[in-house]
Amino acid sequence: MSREQLVVQRARKSFQTGNTKPLEFRVHQLRSLQRFVSDRRRDIAEAVKRDLGKSEHGTELFETLGLEGEISLAIEKLAEWAAPRPVEKNLLTISDEVYVQPEPLGVVLIIGAWNYPWAVTLQPLVGAIAAGNAAVIKPSEVSSHSAKVMEELLPQYLDKDLYPVVTGGVSETQELLKQRFDHVFYTGSSTVGKLVMEAAARHLTPVTLELGGKSPCFIDRNCDITVACRRITWGKFVNCGQTCIAPDYILCEPSIQSRVVEEIKKRIKEFYTDNPKTFEDYGRIINQRHFQRVMALMEGSTVAVGGDSDESQCYIAPTVLRDVTRDSKVMKEEIFGPLLPIITVSGVDEAIQFINEREKPLVVYVFSNNNKLIKRVIAETSSGALLANDCLVHFTVSALPFGGVGNSGMGCYHGRHSFDQLSHLRSCLIKQLKMEGVNSMRYPPHTAKKLGWARFFLLKQVNVCRLQRMALLAVMAGLAAFVVQRFLLRG
Amino acid sequence: METHGQVVDRLRSAFRSGVTVPEQFRRAQLTRLMSMLKDNEQQIVNALHKDLAKPKFEAVLSEIDIVINELHHAIANFKSWMQPEYVSKNLATKLDECFVKREPLGVVLIIGAWNYPLQLLILPMVGAIAAGNCVVIKPSEVSAATDSLIAELIPKYLSQDCFAVVSGGAEDTKALLQNRFDHIFYTGSQTVARSILQAASVHLTPVTLELGGKCPCFIYGGVNIRAAARRLAWAKFFNAGQSCVAPDYVLCLPATRDALLPALREALEEFYGKEPQTCPDLSRIVSPRHWRRLMELLKKSSGKVVVGGESNEEDKYIAPTVVVDMSEDDALMEEEIFGPILPILTIESLEKGIDFINRKEKPLALYVFSDESSVVNTVLEKTSSGGFCSNDGIVHMTLPGLPFGGVGASGWGSYHGRWGFETFSHRRACMLRGWALERLNGLRYPPYSDDKLGWLRWTTSPKSSCSLM
Repeated sequence: MSREQLVVQRARKSFQTGNTKPLEFRVHQLRSLQRFVSDRRRDIAEAVKRDLGKSEHGTELFETLGLEGEISLAIEKLAEWAAPRPVEKNLLTISDEVYVQPEPLGVVLIIGAWNYPWAVTLQPLVGAIAAGNAAVIKPSEVSSHSAKVMEELLPQYLDKDLYPVVTGGVSETQELLKQRFDHVFYTGSSTVGKLVMEAAARHLTPVTLELGGKSPCFIDRNCDITVACRRITWGKFVNCGQTCIAPDYILCEPSIQSRVVEEIKKRIKEFYTDNPKTFEDYGRIINQRHFQRVMALMEGSTVAVGGDSDESQCYIAPTVLRDVTRDSKVMKEEIFGPLLPIITVSGVDEAIQFINEREKPLVVYVFSNNNKLIKRVIAETSSGALLANDCLVHFTVSALPFGGVGNSGMGCYHGRHSFDQLSHLRSCLIKQLKMEGVNSMRYPPHTAKKLGWARFFLLKQVNVCRLQRMALLAVMAGLAAFVVQRFLLRG
Repeated sequence: METHGQVVDRLRSAFRSGVTVPEQFRRAQLTRLMSMLKDNEQQIVNALHKDLAKPKFEAVLSEIDIVINELHHAIANFKSWMQPEYVSKNLATKLDECFVKREPLGVVLIIGAWNYPLQLLILPMVGAIAAGNCVVIKPSEVSAATDSLIAELIPKYLSQDCFAVVSGGAEDTKALLQNRFDHIFYTGSQTVARSILQAASVHLTPVTLELGGKCPCFIYGGVNIRAAARRLAWAKFFNAGQSCVAPDYVLCLPATRDALLPALREALEEFYGKEPQTCPDLSRIVSPRHWRRLMELLKKSSGKVVVGGESNEEDKYIAPTVVVDMSEDDALMEEEIFGPILPILTIESLEKGIDFINRKEKPLALYVFSDESSVVNTVLEKTSSGGFCSNDGIVHMTLPGLPFGGVGASGWGSYHGRWGFETFSHRRACMLRGWALERLNGLRYPPYSDDKLGWLRWTTSPKSSCSLM
C-alpha cells in the first residue's frame, strides 16, 4: 500500500469514529491552529522569505493576517453555522419539523498553491475543520520551504490522523488523487484544475476549484488617476505580481495612457524605492522556470517602466508595458509576474467587448467616478468578483464569497462560505405517525374527489411566519382532516 | 436540421445579446411554461400513461402539479432572489458597498430521466429560467411518448432563440456533451454520471448530479404499524417503485417484520384491490429491459416471496411484491431496485442496522418509521444521506424550501425552489469602494512597518464591525 493510501485510510478511520462531530472538538482544533500561527510566526516568515523573498511584514500582511481572521471568525460563529436551519413548510407539514442540517462530508483533500502557500492552503482547512471533516493537506512542492515547515510543525498542533500533511511532487499528487475523497479543494491553474476534476470524476467526488485567468483593469478617463494608479500599483506588485487576483492588464483610453504610466512609475518609486532589487519589501519570482516564463512574455512589447532583471536572484523589476497589442505574447496567458501591460481602448464599450471576448476572469477591476459606468460593467460582464476603485481587498471581507466562474473556477469560500462548501446540507422532515386520516386523499383507489383535495393540500405553498396565519391554518388543517375522515373515507 | 453545435451557438448568441437577463423576460417565459402545463394536461397525462401506465392521479400530482407549484414559487419570488444581497463588512470597508449579485451562467444543459420524464426535466428548467439562462433540455428517450410531446410543446410556448429541446439516445447525448455548456444538470445513474463529469471537466463546466442509490427504511421501536405500513406502501409502490427516493428496502427486528407483513397486505389490498394487474392505479415498468432486470433480481434472490410475485412480460407488469428471509449480500441488496419489490431485511439491533447502512454508499434518502424520537434522532445523527424523512416517504421532496439532492454516490448539488435558482446562478462578489480615506489605505502600502501592521489588524478584523461607525 502506498504512503498516500495509508494516510487517507487512517484519516477515514479516524473520521468514522465520529470524534469530529462535537463542536467542542472542532473548536479545540481551530484554537490549536490559531496557536500554531501565532507561536510559529517566525518559522512561517522564514519559510516564505526563502520561497518568495517576501519580508516578514509582507508575510504577516498577506498570509497570516487573513488566516487569523478566518480562524477567529470560525470559532466565534461555529455554533450558529452548524445549527439546524429551519425552512418554510406547507399546509400539511405545519406540525412537522422541517429544516436543513449541515453535516460533515468525510475526508477532504486540500491542494495548496505556491504563491500564498500558507493562506491558500490553510484557509480552506479552517472551513474543513469547522464543518467537521478530516482533511489531507497537500502543500505545493514549488514553495518547498513552506511545505517542509508545514509538514514538520503542523502535526505538533493538530490531530495527526485527521489532518495529515502530505508533501511531494506531481506523482505524489496523482497518487493522492487516485484515492477516494468526499471533496477535493484545489487552488492553482486552470490546466491542472481540469485534471483534478477529471481524476475526482472517477469517484464522483465534488470539487472546489480556485483557478485563475487574466483579470482586467479598466481605468475610466473620469476618475482620480493618481489614487487609482496608487491602488493598482499596490495590487499588481504585491508578491511580485504572483497573486491570482492581481490586476493582470490595464485597459484605458489612449489620452490617459501616458499619465497612467507616469503615475505608476511614481508609485513604484514611492513603494519600492529607486532600487527595488535591494528593497526588503519587494519580492522575487518563485523559481527559475517561472522567471524564464515571465521574461519571455515581455518579447515584442514596449517597456515603459522597469524591465530589468537578474536571473541569479529570480528578480524582475516592477515593469509597465505600453501600447500592447491584443495578440502579443503577454496577452496570451495569465502573467503571474510583475509585468503590467497597458492596452488602449476607445472607451468602456470597447473595454466591455474586450473583456467578454475572453474567458471569465477571477475578478474584473474598474476605476471610475461614474457610478452608472460601474453598474454597466457589472451588468455587462461576468467574473468571479468585481471590485471598483481598488484592488485585492474584496479578499478580506469574509462575508463575500471568494471564487471564480467558468474558466476561473467553481465553488467559493471564506467565512461561512468555507463552512457551507465543505458541508452536506441535509434536508430533514420530521413527521409523526398521527393524523393518518389526512393521508387518505393521496392513497389509491384514486377518485376525482380525492384528487381535488390532494391538489389543494399537498402542494400549495404557504408562508407560516405570522402567528395569525398559523392559527388560521391550524384550524384549516384540522378542518381538512375532519372533512377527509368524514367524507372522503366513505368513498 | 440543426447540429448540436449550431443549437448551442445559437443559444449562446441569444444569451450574449442579454435578452434573458431582464426580469420581464424571465417572468414571461415562466408564465408561458405554466400555460404549457395547464393547457396540455390531458395530453401530458396520456403520454405518461403510454410510457409508464402512470395513473392520472400520479401524473397530475407528481409530474404536473409539482412543477406548477415550483413555477408559482419561482414567479412569486425570483425578483427578490435577483436583488443584490448586502453583506457585513469590517471597519476598513465600512464606507464601501459590498454585495453579492446573482448572475446567469449562460447556456445550461438539463438531461432528464425516464421515471418522472416531465418533472425531472421541467422542474430544474424553472430554476434555470428564473436565473436568466438559456437552456438546452434533453428528455430521456426511454420515455418516448413524453419525449416527443416535450419536443413538440416547448418550441410552441417558449422563445426558440433561448430554449431548445434535443432528443436522441446515448450516442446523441455523448455528442451533445462535446459542446461547451456553463452548467450541466443530470438526473440518472452513477455510471452515466461519471462520463458526464469527465466530459464536463474538459471545459471546467460545473455540474449538478441527481443520482440514486438504495434508500434504506428503518422501522424500529414503538411504532403505529398500521400507519407506517400504509405510508411505506404508498411511497414504495408509487410509480411502481420507480422513484429515486422510493424506500428501497426495510430494516427491522424479526418481531416488527411479523407485525408489518399483515399490515402491508391490508394496505396493498386497500390500494390496489385483490387483482393489482387490473387496477388502473398501479403503474407498469417502463421497458421490457427493465422488466427483465427486475425479474432477474427476483430469480437470483434467495429470499422468500410473501406478498405478490406475479408478473406479466407483455404487460410489463410486476405485482407489488414483498420478499423476506434474505441475507445482507442477497441479489436484492446489491443494486438500487427501482421497481415494485420490497425486501425486508431483519437486523439484531438499531446499531447493527446503522452499521450496515454506513458500510454502503450514502443514499439519496433515508427513512425511519418510529414513534420514539430517540430512535429517529439516533439514526439521523449516525448516518448521512441526501435527505431524511421520519414517518413518511417521498414527501420531503415536495417542499420547495428543502434542497433536493444527494451526497457522495447519490449526487452533487441540489435544487427545488430557491436552491434551483442558486444552482443555475453565479454569486458574484461586488465591492464598490470610494475615493476617500486614501490615507487609511496608506497603512497597507510599502514600506511596511510594525506600526502600520498593528493598525491594519484592528481595522480589518471582522470583530471591528462594531457600533463605532
